[in-house]
Amino acid sequence: MTAATSGADTPSGVDSGRSWGFGGLLRAEWTKLRSVRSTVWSLLLLVVLTLGFTTLFTALTVSQWSKSSVSQQRQIVADPVGMILGAGFQLSQLAICVLGVMVMASEYSTGMIRSSLLAVPKRTPMLWAKCVVFAALVFVVAEVAAIPSFFIGAAILHPKAPVALGDPGVARAIVGAGLYLCVLSLFALAIGALLRHTAAAITGIIGFVLVLSPLAQLLPGSFGEHVHAYLPSEAGHLIAQARQGTNDLLSPWQGFGVFCLWTAVLLAAAAYLLKRRDA
Amino acid sequence: MIEVRDLTKQYGSTRAVDHLSFAVQEGKVTGFLGPNGAGKSTTMRLILGLDRPDGGTATIGGRPYRELSQPLRVVGALLEARAVHSGRSAYNHLLCLAQSQGLPRRRVDEVIELIGLTQVARKRAGGFSLGMGQRLGIAAALLGDPKVLVLDEPVNGLDPEGIRWIRNLMKRLAAEGRTVLVSSHLMNEMAVTADHLVVIGRGRLIADCPTEEFIERSSHKFVRVKGPDPVGLERAIVGGGGRVGATDGGALAVSGMDAAHIGELAARHGLVLHELAPQLASMEEAFMELTGDSVEYGAQADEPAGPAMAASPAEGR
Repeated sequence: MTAATSGADTPSGVDSGRSWGFGGLLRAEWTKLRSVRSTVWSLLLLVVLTLGFTTLFTALTVSQWSKSSVSQQRQIVADPVGMILGAGFQLSQLAICVLGVMVMASEYSTGMIRSSLLAVPKRTPMLWAKCVVFAALVFVVAEVAAIPSFFIGAAILHPKAPVALGDPGVARAIVGAGLYLCVLSLFALAIGALLRHTAAAITGIIGFVLVLSPLAQLLPGSFGEHVHAYLPSEAGHLIAQARQGTNDLLSPWQGFGVFCLWTAVLLAAAAYLLKRRDA
Repeated sequence: MIEVRDLTKQYGSTRAVDHLSFAVQEGKVTGFLGPNGAGKSTTMRLILGLDRPDGGTATIGGRPYRELSQPLRVVGALLEARAVHSGRSAYNHLLCLAQSQGLPRRRVDEVIELIGLTQVARKRAGGFSLGMGQRLGIAAALLGDPKVLVLDEPVNGLDPEGIRWIRNLMKRLAAEGRTVLVSSHLMNEMAVTADHLVVIGRGRLIADCPTEEFIERSSHKFVRVKGPDPVGLERAIVGGGGRVGATDGGALAVSGMDAAHIGELAARHGLVLHELAPQLASMEEAFMELTGDSVEYGAQADEPAGPAMAASPAEGR
């Protein structure tokens, strides 16, 4: 029987009792991630959209400079890097939202989750390995998009609002853009794990990122301002600005902290339910 | 060895598995038999830690599945439901499972060859036929060279050649000393594959015995005897040591005595015979009879099947 001629160590029938090897789980999750098309397409889309929209919006800003209001001009001059990165990532972040949801929800929609949980019956190590691998990949790809997009945007904006890499807060903002998308990817993954259905989870994350923020702005007075400021994506994207804007309640790092907190809570809930629910 | 003790699982108001206890021994193929909806898949999911039991325990080699740290090296499982990402190739599916268990990459190539997936290994699993999907599931089950195999309806969707292949594979695995638990709703399939049977209905245990014994018990043999003097015939047969039950149309259902013996007996007593026909109740029918109203039969699981149920399959003819 050829099954017996195996590469496995001593098929003892009793568990080897060796420690798990989180490294193996990381490798497994990397294989899972790279071997489906949605990963490649989403990340490619992220880079293309970021570069495209950065170019488009900065070029429009420069060409329409004389028509824009003084306060708008002042805001851009005060924080050109925030404008450059925001222009690109505002839309391309949706690719991360969708991919983050898919990474977990597709396990459920295809039935793969059963194989995954048979391999890792303690369950949560699988979730953490997925988080580490996915967040790391998103950070790298986000920086691949953010760095050239800063230089392209800075070059286009230069006549109106000059900015250099060495200016205070600029390097941190560029790294911050990657950090924001990195945590956003985990936020989306957690929602995918909680809702387990791709369509529902994508609706959920789009709601959080795109719908809640304008809704919160409709709330009256300081109450509305606070709700708006503490919304996950609103708080989170501050880290991609060089400095705290005059209208911002939170500093970049405070905002990022709030976003991390949101994500941690959702991930904890996802881990708890993953462990409790029947697969 | 797999041990299930007092296992119970409730879905809403339905009790899918009801205080089920049995043990699966190594070195033989144990058939897990029951009609659709009897709770076979649920029991297997509970054994494999995919579902949480509401009561009782299921252990493999004395430990719950959830406590195994490299479970695919201990237990190989094929589930009834699809468990593969449709966008991933067969090779990458097996590779990610191997990596999660610290198994070397060459083990993936080995099982792909063993299962005959070489041609399609780089194709997306979503395009696989039912039979190919089933083979991929079996490849995943054998990946860690496990000592215990849990296979849920493995012949589903396979062509006759595939079915024969699976049967031989299971027998070989058992002959190597592995524990093999395989579910099916087809009695005939199990009769040719399994050495031992665990039969359930409505989540309860109906029988736990060697396959031969179960077949003996459920495929009851009798001889249909008819003549103008049934009373005289009955007296002669009972006097000769046979047992007599009634069938339709005034014929006698005689058990414990073969047709030749009955004919000689009738000649000796000068009795006329109009009909003397050996009957064999179909195993499949007997099995359905046994499991059909499992609540009633569940309580007397260890008693041999009574004459009433042995006679009834003949009535339908």
